[in-house]
Parts: sequence; structure tokens; C-alpha cells
Amino acid sequence: MKYVDEFRNGDTASALARLIRAEVKPGRNYRLMEFCGGHTHAIFRFGVNDLMPENVRFIHGPGCPVCVLPAGRIESAIRLAEEERVILCTYADLMRVPAGSRDSLHKAKARGADIRMIYSATDVLAIAQANPERQVVFFAIGFETTTPPTAAVLKIAKAMQLNNFTVFCNHVQTPPAMMHILSAGEAGIDGILGPSHVSAIIGSRAYADCCDKYRVPLVIAGFEPVDVIQSVLMLVRQINAGEAEVENQYTRAVSQTGNQKAQALMQEVFEQRPMFEWRGLGSLPESAVQIRSEYAAFDAEKRFNMKEIATADIKGCICPAVLRGVNNPDECKLFGTACTPEDPKGACMVSSEGACAAYYSYGRYRETTGTT
Amino acid sequence: MCLAVPARVESLNPAASTAMIDLDGIRKEVSTQLLDEVAVGDYVLVHVGFALERIDAVEAAKTLALFAELRAQDAEG
Amino acid sequence: MSRLDIKHGIIEMGHGSGGRASATLIEELFIRHFDNSLLSQGNDQAAFNVPAGRMVISTDAHVITPLFFPGGDIGSLSVHGTINDVAMSGASPLYLAASFIIEEGFPLADLEAIVISMARASKAAGVPVVTGDTKVVERGKGDGVFITTTGIGIVPADVDISGDRARAGDLIIVSGSIGDHGIAILSSREGLEFGTAMESDSAALHTLVAAMVADVPGIRCLRDPTRGGLATTLNELARQSGVGMRIKETAIPVKAEVKGACELLGLDPLYIANEGKLVCIVAPEDAERLLTIMQKHPLAQNAAIIGTVCTDAQQMVVMATAFGGKRVVDWLAGEQLPRIC
Repeated sequence: MKYVDEFRNGDTASALARLIRAEVKPGRNYRLMEFCGGHTHAIFRFGVNDLMPENVRFIHGPGCPVCVLPAGRIESAIRLAEEERVILCTYADLMRVPAGSRDSLHKAKARGADIRMIYSATDVLAIAQANPERQVVFFAIGFETTTPPTAAVLKIAKAMQLNNFTVFCNHVQTPPAMMHILSAGEAGIDGILGPSHVSAIIGSRAYADCCDKYRVPLVIAGFEPVDVIQSVLMLVRQINAGEAEVENQYTRAVSQTGNQKAQALMQEVFEQRPMFEWRGLGSLPESAVQIRSEYAAFDAEKRFNMKEIATADIKGCICPAVLRGVNNPDECKLFGTACTPEDPKGACMVSSEGACAAYYSYGRYRETTGTT
Repeated sequence: MCLAVPARVESLNPAASTAMIDLDGIRKEVSTQLLDEVAVGDYVLVHVGFALERIDAVEAAKTLALFAELRAQDAEG
Repeated sequence: MSRLDIKHGIIEMGHGSGGRASATLIEELFIRHFDNSLLSQGNDQAAFNVPAGRMVISTDAHVITPLFFPGGDIGSLSVHGTINDVAMSGASPLYLAASFIIEEGFPLADLEAIVISMARASKAAGVPVVTGDTKVVERGKGDGVFITTTGIGIVPADVDISGDRARAGDLIIVSGSIGDHGIAILSSREGLEFGTAMESDSAALHTLVAAMVADVPGIRCLRDPTRGGLATTLNELARQSGVGMRIKETAIPVKAEVKGACELLGLDPLYIANEGKLVCIVAPEDAERLLTIMQKHPLAQNAAIIGTVCTDAQQMVVMATAFGGKRVVDWLAGEQLPRIC
């Protein structure tokens, strides 16, 4: 695969890793937060950790949209499907995420709710057209990467006057979450691996404030393992030199200004939401978007007069601390015992990008003995 | 977050704002609504059925050249 | 003259009532196409003589969406699936039984196409469908058609193949590229359609197995990695035998299209279903010889040794990645679904 295989070359990775080992200062630690679940997944899937020196540590960030979605939002969606009898469409990633009281979209579907997994946002339009007598709701999640497609279908729906289609908008924004983690300061971060595809949309300039304000270097890194390792090298060099710049390793897809057409589309359809609750991070001001009043007819929260549902955290689950980079998954009492991918208690155990699932699936071989 | 893969644009349907992309023999129609310009032969990042951004071939080549340089540096090391 | 309007007709409740309509359906569709003397006797069972030795029996319920897919359909699949389950004991399959649960309103033309495909698969394999049953359920209570097939077979005298026989040091062979079936199915699934020349690998593996056991009767384990893919089968065998496994990603045959589709949808080829592949565990001294025999068979030309069995109290399957790292190849949690993140 072009633009994939070259960036998965093990020999290049080993060479870059040796440079990292040669350049890290023995006396200090390099705590690097990979903001995105995509990076977490790549680090574990390819075993990038194994190539790193002891004092380079990856701290897993909150950049997994299903992990940061509060259980209450999932319960709200389940209510739409069960009480309003809508056709609820969503990306498959969300199906197994625990809502409150051991529920999930998957279980609601099994109980008879009409919940459909879609691949593309445009699929929802087709479902709405095919079911004119039913209300069809798109349960939309994701960061800035996934927001423009939702904006695009909202625009099409409006043009088509598709009056049985609405969006339950849960799109969140990367820079505010990053600022929040840095301002809390509890994760002790020395450098940040910046998002790949979010940055393709919002551009590298979007992180300038983060770096300036908190004096932390950030390297926008591609999602392939050699991209990650080169980005670590770039961060190590910045840290050693005492710099705190935004650098861009993923230049093949990310520009300084990003995809302006996509940005304009988001601007047209969405506006800043004053406050949004993140699982783990709490309620953060101006950290998410909502549908503009011009598109109010397509806003599920308005059409169905949806109310916020508060849900208690799961007892013993430290997902919130994991999402803030304060704890590692294996420091959780539930990890691997009460909480496993088969029976997840916390959201981080569900998504293959969740730090807990990645630790569980890929990390355990270190504990095995007697290998041949 | 945000699984997106680079795939080659095989053909365009400007009227529908869609493109047929190919990824090693897998063909899929994706929306090009988010792109200002796109041409057959371009590689685009595909996410949830949308082309998010074009891959800049020149920049990709630069990154690979840098990898080669760093490997040389390591070999001298 | 035919009393069934195959072209325009649909399945009605009467076709499952046991009355004349049922008899017509059975005669004109099943007996006609399956066409063998045991079935034609019209009994509720088939009686036959059995040779001496160990017999095996296996049953498999087939449900699939869509019913017709590139490279096959539920009919051929229901023949291949059960023949393979019987063959994975090293046995030569003898006979099949088939039971159909059909949804009211199902087009007779589709049913005939499925039965013809099934008959063709069973004739090609030399394993006739000798008895069967048909039930009709009300519209909305089935998904078109479900087919359960049961097969019996005879195990050669010196063969003892079982999932609990893998020992440290044994080698692991896979008979060809993985993930073909699952990707072919996904490509034609509603809402996910993508274009590909990929076809399901659905095939009956008993002649391959016969060639294998004829030369290496001491094969330890055989299993077809269907649902859950190669990863699940290796984990099952590791647990049954109380061993670990170490495999190499670079050794596992995967077609470019399967890799491409997996990247696009966020899936892992190790967990994608196969319907015409087998995993074999064999003592190291027999491995190369067995591999050569397999590669001579048309269904296993790309067979490869993918790893070794080892001592591991935790019974883990660990893969050396193409990238140079290592990772656990775990059991599948839930079903594998396309993902966006």
C-alpha cells in the first residue's frame, strides 16, 4: 500500500530508535503524551514501545471519541431509539460502549430498538430517504476529523428538505481538551505527539497557543509507526534544546492552515457549544460544537427536546484518570479482572483505541514466560 | 482517533462530488465535498466515506528522504 | 409437468405443513436436484451400511447475509462447511443431511438457485445429501433461509487428530491466504458495498485432508478457521492443548485486497472468516514433507509454515510483527465491526 508500507519499515524504525537512544539524556525522563487513540493503537499494534529507551514514556491522551463520550449521552441516544422509536444510526465503534447501569447500544438493539451501524455519514441520508415514515437520527461523534462529514450531510439534508432526518451532535474539539490537560498539569507532560488527521483539517497553527502558553513542544505525527518514532526523535531534540515549538512531521497530509473548505463547512453548520461534558475531563467550556439555529430543524436535541442525563461513574473504574494521563490502565483495580474487552466496565476498554483495550490486547505478552 | 487511509483516486464524478478510490484492489465511492480540487491519480485520505485531504507527494518524498538521511546518520553513529 | 411456479412463486406456510404442498416442494426441488437413490426412496431417514472403524459426525447451522455472495451462496457454503468440519478429524465424509428453515414469502427462484448450488457442491465433493427436512416460519421470523447440515464420515485407522494434541516444538501450517471469505461477504453487505474482484474461498477440503493424512497420518491438529478467523482458531487450539504459539506476521499469506479492505474498515485479517482454509499442527520432522504435499493440491498452493507451538502457561498466541515488534493475538471480544477510530 502506497504511503503506508514505507512508513511501516522496521529497519527504518530501528535506526531512528537507535538515534533516540543515543540522544536522550540518561538523567531525565521524557513523558510524551500521544493525544490520539490512533497513536495509542499504532504504538501497541506495532510494538513501538519495545524500541524506546526506558526513560521515554508514552502517556495516553483522551483522543478517542468513544472514550470521552459521557455515558449520559449514550443513554439519551438509547432513549431516542426506545421511547421515540426512531431509527438510530451510528458508527459501529459506539455499539459496545457502556452506558449507565450495564446498558449499551448493542444491548438496546438486542431488546428490539432499531439501531443501525453505518460506515459513512451519507449512509444515514439513504436510510432516511428509504424510510420516509420514520424519524431517522444520526448519533454523531468524533473530533474535527469526523465533524466535516456530518456538516456535509446536514447541508445536503437541508437542501433536500429531508424532514425525517436529524443529528444528535456530539462532536468535540481537540485544542480545548489539550489545553485543559496541560493547565491541570497533573500528567507531567514533557512533549505532545499531536493528532494526524484532526490536524489535516484544522492545520498545525491550531496548536500554537498550547505550546506558547504551557511551554510544551508538540510534534504533529502521522499514524504509521515510523512517523511516530521520527516524531519522538523530534520531541526529544526539542526537549533537550529547551524548545517548545509546534513542529509538523506529517507534512504529507497536514499544512499550517489545514483544510479550509472543511473548516468553512463546519463554520456554516456548527457553532461553539458553551459547555460540554467529557468523560474523564468533566465539563469543559467551548470544547464542542452544536448545530446552528439555521439548521435547528435538523438538530435531534431540539426536535426531541432532549434533556441531559447525568450518570454516575462506574465504581472503581479509573478511566477518567487514564484519559487525563494521570494513571496507566494497569493501575486500575478492575483492569483485566472485572473489566475486560469481553465485559468492559469503562469506555477505555471498548474501543481498540482505548488505552485499556490496547494495554489488554497488545501489552500482555510481556508478562508471559517460558517463550521459545 | 480517526482512522483514515491513503487511497488512489481512480475516477471522478464531479456532478455528484464523488470519486472512485482504489486501495490495492478495493474500490469504494467516496465523497469529495471536502476538497477544493482533486484529480485522477491523486492519493487522498479516506475517512468515513469522505476524502479528507490530498496526500502531498512532494512532502511524502521529503519525509522518506529524511528517513534515509537519518538511517545514514545512524549507520555512521 | 411442474406444479411449482419456480419463476414467480414464493414460499407459503403450506409448503411446510407436511401436506401436498410440502411433498411437491420436496419432490420437485430437493429430490430432483439432490438426485440420489437414498433420498429418492422418500423415507424420513436414510439407511446404509457402514464400514468398520471410527466414525465422526458433525453439524453446522448456516445463517448468512447476504445469501448470495461473490464466490458462493448459503447452499454451497452449507455443504462445504459441514464437509470441512467432518474432514478436520482426518475423516473421509460419506453423507450429508440437510434441514431448511425457510421464511414465508421467500422466492422459489432463490430457493431453487440455492438448492442447485448445494447439489452441485455436494456432487463435486462426492458427498450426497441423503436425508433432510423443511420447515416454514412466518414472514419476519426468519432471514430468508437457514440451512443446517449434518455430516458423517470415516476416520482412517491410524489417524488421531484432535485439538488437544499440539506439543511444544510442533509447527503450525496454514493452507492459504486468510480473510478472503469475510472480505467477499463484507463487500456485498448492504451499506458497506465496495468493489473488489475478491471471492469467497468457500471450498470442500476433504480431498486435501485425504492427501495430507495419507502421507502424514500423525498430524496432530486440524481445524478450519471460519468465524473469528485464524486468530480465534489458534487461540482455541492453544487452550485445548495447554500450549502457547509464536507466529510470524510475514509468513502468513494475506492477499493485497484483504489488506486493503482491512485498512479501509479498521479490521484485522487475523480475525476475518475463512471457508476454504485449514490450520494444521504437525511434528517438526513431518512439517516440510507435509507442506510439499499440501502445495501440490489446488486448494493449498500457497500453504505456509507460520509459526511454532511453545510452552506457555498463559497459553498465549504472540505474533512477531512485520515491523519488528511483538504483540498478543488475543481472542476476539464481541464481533469484529468496521470502525472509524
